[in-house]
Amino acid sequence: MTLIPITLTINGDLTQVAVHASQTLLEVLRYELRLIGTKQGCDKGDCGACTVLLDGEPVLGCLTLALSCAGRSVTTVESIPRADPLLESFDCHGAGQCGFCTPGMLMTAKGLLAKEKKPSRDSIRAAISGNLCRCTGYGPIVEAIAAVGEGTVQPATEEKLPPPLPSYGAPRK
Amino acid sequence: MSDRLIGKAGKRGDLIKRARGDTPFTDDLALPRMLHGKTLRCPHPHARIVSIDTSKALEIPGVIAVLTGRDLPERFGIIPWTPDEHALAIETARFVGDGVAAVAALDERTAVRGCDAIKVLYEVLPSAVDLDSAITRPEIGLSAKKDDNVSKAVDLAFGDVDGELAGSDVVLDGDYFFEGTAHVPIEPHCTLAQYDASGLLTVWSTTQVPHYLHRELSRVLRLSPTRIRVIQPPLGGAFGGKSEPFGHEFTAAKLAMVTGRPVKFLISREEEFYLHRGRHPMRLHFRLGAKSDGTLTAIDARNQIDGGAYSSFGLVTTYYSGQLLSLPTAARSYRFSSTRYFTNKPACGPKRGHGSVQPRFAFEVMLDRMAEKLKLDPIALRRKNAVGGNTHTINGMRVTSNGNLECLAKVEEASGWKERRGKLGFGRGLGVASSAYISGTNYPIYPNEMAQSSVQLKVDRSGVVTVFNGASEIGQGTDMLMATIVADELGLPLEAIRVVSADSDLCPVDLGAYSSRGTFMNGNACLTAARLVKEKLIAAVAAKLEVPETSVFVTRGALCVRGREGDAVPVEEAIQLAEAKFGALGAVGSYKTPPNLGGEYRGGTIGASPAYSFTAHVAEVKVDVETGVVEVVKVWCAHDCGKALLPTQVIGQIDGSVYMGVAEALFEEHLISPNGLHRGPNLLDYRIPTSLDVPQIHSMFVESLDPEGPHGAKEAGEGPLHSSIPAVANAIYDAVGVRLHALPFSPGRVLEALRQRKA
Repeated sequence: MTLIPITLTINGDLTQVAVHASQTLLEVLRYELRLIGTKQGCDKGDCGACTVLLDGEPVLGCLTLALSCAGRSVTTVESIPRADPLLESFDCHGAGQCGFCTPGMLMTAKGLLAKEKKPSRDSIRAAISGNLCRCTGYGPIVEAIAAVGEGTVQPATEEKLPPPLPSYGAPRK
Repeated sequence: MSDRLIGKAGKRGDLIKRARGDTPFTDDLALPRMLHGKTLRCPHPHARIVSIDTSKALEIPGVIAVLTGRDLPERFGIIPWTPDEHALAIETARFVGDGVAAVAALDERTAVRGCDAIKVLYEVLPSAVDLDSAITRPEIGLSAKKDDNVSKAVDLAFGDVDGELAGSDVVLDGDYFFEGTAHVPIEPHCTLAQYDASGLLTVWSTTQVPHYLHRELSRVLRLSPTRIRVIQPPLGGAFGGKSEPFGHEFTAAKLAMVTGRPVKFLISREEEFYLHRGRHPMRLHFRLGAKSDGTLTAIDARNQIDGGAYSSFGLVTTYYSGQLLSLPTAARSYRFSSTRYFTNKPACGPKRGHGSVQPRFAFEVMLDRMAEKLKLDPIALRRKNAVGGNTHTINGMRVTSNGNLECLAKVEEASGWKERRGKLGFGRGLGVASSAYISGTNYPIYPNEMAQSSVQLKVDRSGVVTVFNGASEIGQGTDMLMATIVADELGLPLEAIRVVSADSDLCPVDLGAYSSRGTFMNGNACLTAARLVKEKLIAAVAAKLEVPETSVFVTRGALCVRGREGDAVPVEEAIQLAEAKFGALGAVGSYKTPPNLGGEYRGGTIGASPAYSFTAHVAEVKVDVETGVVEVVKVWCAHDCGKALLPTQVIGQIDGSVYMGVAEALFEEHLISPNGLHRGPNLLDYRIPTSLDVPQIHSMFVESLDPEGPHGAKEAGEGPLHSSIPAVANAIYDAVGVRLHALPFSPGRVLEALRQRKA
C-alpha cells in the first residue's frame, strides 16, 4: 500500500502525516498520532464515540477518510482545557459513568454550542442523538450541556484545601 | 466525622481524565513491536472440524504466527464445575462465531487476511438454534454426556404448593417469553498481552473479573500464577458482559508467548454480538394463587432457559431464575422448576440483574392480573404480601434492612398514582412493579474460605494515601467511593487519595464487579483498613499530647481533642507522628460474608446475600393504537440503596437501570436466524435507545441504613432494572387493556394484541 503525505491542522498544530488511501481519520488520530481521547466503539458510523470536529462541524472519525482531511482543521477532545465549563458541567451532572462515549458527546456538544449559544433541551437531544451512551440514560448529559448554554456552570477552580489549623504540641521543624 | 464527603452530591474525579484521554482504556495502550491479533470464527452453528490448514496464512508477509485449538487444549469456564470452553474450538465448533484459529500479524488488516487464508474443512452437524429444537431433539447431544441438550436443571419447593393452590380462591396461569438481550457496552472487548524476557506474562484486558482471569490464564496456559500479572484498565461499560474469561484473552497471551512480542486483540462490534453472554431467552409458565382477601398462597413457576453454546454462569442463572421470587412480595408457598438448555447460539450469561429480570417480568405482570381479579389496587396487593425487615424468606434467605414499603410509597406519591391511574384516558396508562436484589453473593465462585474483597492502604508521610484495591472500576464509581471512604475516615482532602485498582501484582484480591458486590463488600473492606490507620493516628496524637485516646477525634484536615476544640494536629503531622511511633504506616482490610445466610439445601447459598436492595417503579406510557408504538413517557423509580454514599452516582445507577430496562421492554432482542447467524450484529439493527428514545426518568433513593453495609449502604447498580420492564407492561394494560406476554413490546406485538382484544 502506498503512503500519501498530507498536511492538516490538528488542535491548532500543523501536522504532517503519511496515510494509506483507505485509512480513516479515526485510525490516523488514534493509532498513528496517538490521540487516544477519540474512541472507537463500532467503526461503522453507528455509535458516535469517534466524533471530532472537522472545520468546526461534528463528523464521525470512522467514516471520514484521512485523505479527505488534507488542508483542513481537525479538533479532538484533547483540545478541551481542563477547566472548561463543559467538562466541569459533565462532571457535576454525572453526565458520564464509564466515560467511553464522553469524548464524542463532548465534541458534539462543542459543535452545537458553537452554533447555538443557548440551545434548548430539544435541540440538545436532537444534536446528541447520534452519540450512543449505555450508562446514563442521557438525562444528565442533556442537563450538563444545557447548563453550559445557560451559563450556570462555574469554571473549575483548584479545590480549596481547608485552612491550616493551629497545631497543639505537634512537632515543629 | 462531621463535614463528611459521604452522602453529598458531587463530582467523580476520574471522569474528566477518562473523557480527555488522560486515563487510557485497554485499546488506548500500545507497546513497542506490538502485533495485532484476529480470530477466525466458525460459519456454521454446529460443525466438526475435520482439518485446518494454516500454511497459506503463514506465507502472507506480515503474518507472524497462527494458533489453532490444539495449541491450547485446556478447557476453561467461569464456574469450576462446568469448564466446557476452549480458547479455540478443537473438535467441534458449537455456534456461528466460535473461534477456530487465531492469527498475529504486523497490523490488523494483515491479521484479517491471514484468517481468510486459513482453510478449515468442516463437517456440518445437526444443530439446535432455538429452545424448541433443544428440547425436542436430545439426539443433538450438546450436554456434557452428549445424551441430551440439558445444561442445568433445578427443582426447588418451599411449603405445600399443591395444597395451597387447591385451597385458593383464585388461581391464575400465564405464559411469558423473554427474548434475549445484549449488554452493548460502548467499549468493545480488548486484550493486550506481553511476555517479557524474564518470563512474566502481563495481560491488560477489558474484564470485570481480573482475579478469575488470572486463575484461568494459569490453567489454560499451564503457567504458574507467579508468572502472570493481570491488569484491568478502566472499562468503558460492562453490565455483566465482561465477567468471565473469553477465548481471545488466552489466544492473545499464547501468541505473545509464542512470538515474544506484545499482541493485542480488539474485538469488532460484530464479534461483540457473537461473544455475547447476554441475557438468556426464557420461556416462563407461572401459576399464582390467592385468597379473596388478597393473601398470596402459592407461586408455581416453570422456566425453560435458552443457554446458548456454553455453560458460562448457567448453573447460577438457573437458580437465579427462581431464587429471588421470595422477595419483596411473597406467597405462603412457592416452587420453581427451571431447566437451562444448550443451543447452537452465542452463549448467554449474566446481564445486569442476572437470571432474575425475566421471571420478575412474569411475576409482576401476574400480580397485576391478580390485583385486577381481586379488585384490589396493585400497590395494596404488594403491601399486603410484603416481606418485612429482619426476617427470613420462605426459601431461607436472611433479610435485614428492607425499604420496600418506602419505595412503593415514594413512587405512589410521586406519580400521582391514586389520582391518575385508570383516569388518563384510552391510550395512556400507569403501571407499577417492585423487586429486590442481592448486594453481593454469599458464596465465592470457587469454594474457599478467604475474603471476597480486600484493600491495602499505604500512607505516605506527605499526607498522600494510596488505596490498592483489587476491585474493578467499570464506570460505576468504585474508585471514587473508596477514595471518599478513606478521605472521610482520615480527614484528608479527596485529592490526597490515590486509588490503584485491579492489578494482580499491586492489589489484594477482590472477586470482581459482579453480583452487585462493590459498595457492600469492597466498601466494608476499605472502611476496615481506613479505621485501622485512623486508630494509629489517634494513638500517636494522644501519646504526643498526653491525652486519652478516647478524647481524640478526626475532623476535616486535623485531629482534635474533645474539650480543647481550638487545638488541633493537622492530619499530615498526625501521620508523621504515627510513622515515628509505629514505623511504616499502612493497613489491610477485607470483607467476608457472615456464615449461614442462605437456606440449608442444595443451591441455598445462591441468592443468599448479606443484604438486599429494594426497588419500586411506576411507568407512564402512551400507546398509539393505529401504529402500535408504545412510548414510555415517564418513569418514577425509588430504590432502597441503604445509604446513598455517592448520591450523584447512585442516581446515575438508577437512571441507567431504568434506561436499560425500558430499552429491553421496547426495543432490544438478540435474534439468531435459523442458520445460526445473528440477525443484525451492529448498532443500527440491534437498536439501543438514543437520546430521542428515552423517557423522563425520576430517580429517587430510599435510605434504610443496612446494619452491615458500609455506613449503611447497599447496592444500586442492578436492582433498579428488574421492575422497569413489568411496570411498562402493566402500564400498557392500563392504557389500552391488552396484556403483552412476549418481549419486546414492539409495534407488531402491540397491534396483534389489540386485534385479538377486539375479536
